[in-house]
Amino acid sequence: MKKNIPLIILAILAVLPLTGTSTYMLHIVILVIMWSIIGMSWNLLGGYCGQVSFGHAAYFGVGAYTAGILYTKFDISTWWGIPLCIIVVALFSLVLGFIVLRLRGPFFALATLASGEVMRITAENWVDFTGGTMGILIQKRTWVDKTWYFYIILIIAAVTFILVKKLIHSKLGYYFVAIREDQDAAESLGINTTLYKTIALCISGVLTGIAGAFYTSYMGYIDPHVAFALHDISIITIMIVMVGGVATFWGPFVGALIMVLLAEFIRSMPGLGTAHQTFFGVLLIVIIIFLPNGVVGDFKKLKRLVGLGRASS
Amino acid sequence: MTSVAIEVFLQTLIAGLLLGGLYALIGLGMTLIMGVMKIINLAHGELMMVGMYIAYWMFVLFNIDPYLSVFIATPILFFLGIALQKFLINPVLKVEAILPENQVILTVGIGMVLANLATIFFTSDYRSTPVSYATNAFYLSDYWKASPIELSLSVPWSVSFILAVIITISLWFFLARTDTGKSIRATAQDTDAALLMGVNVKLMRVVTFGIGSGLVGAAGCLFLPIYYLFPSLGGQFTLIAFVITILGGLGSTIGAIIGGLILGVFESMTATYIGMGWAPVGRFVIFVVCLIFLPGGVASLLKRKKLGK
Repeated sequence: MKKNIPLIILAILAVLPLTGTSTYMLHIVILVIMWSIIGMSWNLLGGYCGQVSFGHAAYFGVGAYTAGILYTKFDISTWWGIPLCIIVVALFSLVLGFIVLRLRGPFFALATLASGEVMRITAENWVDFTGGTMGILIQKRTWVDKTWYFYIILIIAAVTFILVKKLIHSKLGYYFVAIREDQDAAESLGINTTLYKTIALCISGVLTGIAGAFYTSYMGYIDPHVAFALHDISIITIMIVMVGGVATFWGPFVGALIMVLLAEFIRSMPGLGTAHQTFFGVLLIVIIIFLPNGVVGDFKKLKRLVGLGRASS
Repeated sequence: MTSVAIEVFLQTLIAGLLLGGLYALIGLGMTLIMGVMKIINLAHGELMMVGMYIAYWMFVLFNIDPYLSVFIATPILFFLGIALQKFLINPVLKVEAILPENQVILTVGIGMVLANLATIFFTSDYRSTPVSYATNAFYLSDYWKASPIELSLSVPWSVSFILAVIITISLWFFLARTDTGKSIRATAQDTDAALLMGVNVKLMRVVTFGIGSGLVGAAGCLFLPIYYLFPSLGGQFTLIAFVITILGGLGSTIGAIIGGLILGVFESMTATYIGMGWAPVGRFVIFVVCLIFLPGGVASLLKRKKLGK
């Protein structure tokens, strides 16, 4: 039974557009799935390999811009961005990994944060190539209806899920966890830590880049502040995994669901819209202090807390 | 080189040095916290933003000069830092979690809340303090009539720089001469040994976080007359502080000062010769070059020289 849960969820999601859900609902579901892909890819690098990246917006943005520039410069459909960005982002991750993977722990975190910022500034200033702060507008959307977008992102998510699961249960996954637990010990046992960290970074970057390329096709507009956003992408990615559960398969899904719904809820409340970062920040602080392993990771603790609350009342 | 080119170069160099002195003050706070607590405070720039808003409102409401606000903002930030450390960061240090970077992510959360609260209360407008001396400057030709080149020195920049130097020297005096300062340095060098020698490590951590916050608050006051103010300015200064810390060598005070000066000069050169918008990329370049060729920072060079004797 437990083995079939992913299939059951996939089946339920697959028939969702046929049941006549509203466009808005479908939009929310697409966003949740897109964020869970980004969350899963971050989780691979951050949760399993222990390299906490604060700059996943860099990969997201490079993927998004690959698709966008294909459209503006070469007049090709943005959908080609998804296969192409695998190569582009993999190369980009290799170059970036060469620099940032020399660092450990908090220093790695800050170097990745800086890399995201540098990509944003480059995109802003390299006007000839990226269109600068004007951004890229895709004039003709592929479909008006959201159903096809939904199926495409669902397939990407399913592939990502299987890939991450296979990776984690393979030898590679154990190397990743070994590096997270103690890098020096892993090195002394003959694991080429630099190589495996680079692999983790490349896979994680490429998956995020694919989500970025999808974002360009889906939203039809990107600019440096959207695609390379520090708070709205890099930090949200971390929050999704932290809230959902670090190093768990279902964490990114739960986290994405909670975060997207919370964001929509705050947006719909009059007068609260500007305060959404305060809510996110407070949620992050509360989660780190009370549920450091996230909702999924600390599920038992959460259940006990809720149970205690009931008993006392 | 024509005299104009020399003039531009010297002017850029002066501007860079003045900027670097202020950067050093920002970097000092971070390097202290990093040395003692071994964590990076990603809310550093946001704390500076809080200091700037304190100075701004002091100026607007009570007409207190931003330079005098140093004496108001620094204590407030000191206690804010202590409160953050005691009630938020300390509990997390004890919590068991898969990722050891939880404290860093926590400071990101703190920074987000601070920046967003500032946006809510003060709106995201750009503000500046209209001090009367904002555009005053010293000119070289006023003092030396026959000078072949013309150089100018802005009054608020020079005052900020001098005050930054004074604060830095008093901090050095505090660290080198007082008991508390020595305890802080001992904690930074070896926590366990300091504990065995009877240093109250827990208290030192709290005090250090307070001092780091106070320093960056003072830097905010000094930056106010020469810079504009908006709620999201924290992020870029956090990055600057971090680059300085890496450049100077982790936890090294002298290194942070030299790192700040190098970064200031480099940034002002990039702005003059390449373009205003690229200065932040210049920061990253210097960061990468430093990591690859000089991973120990300036401090390791100084140490090598000492050993060579």
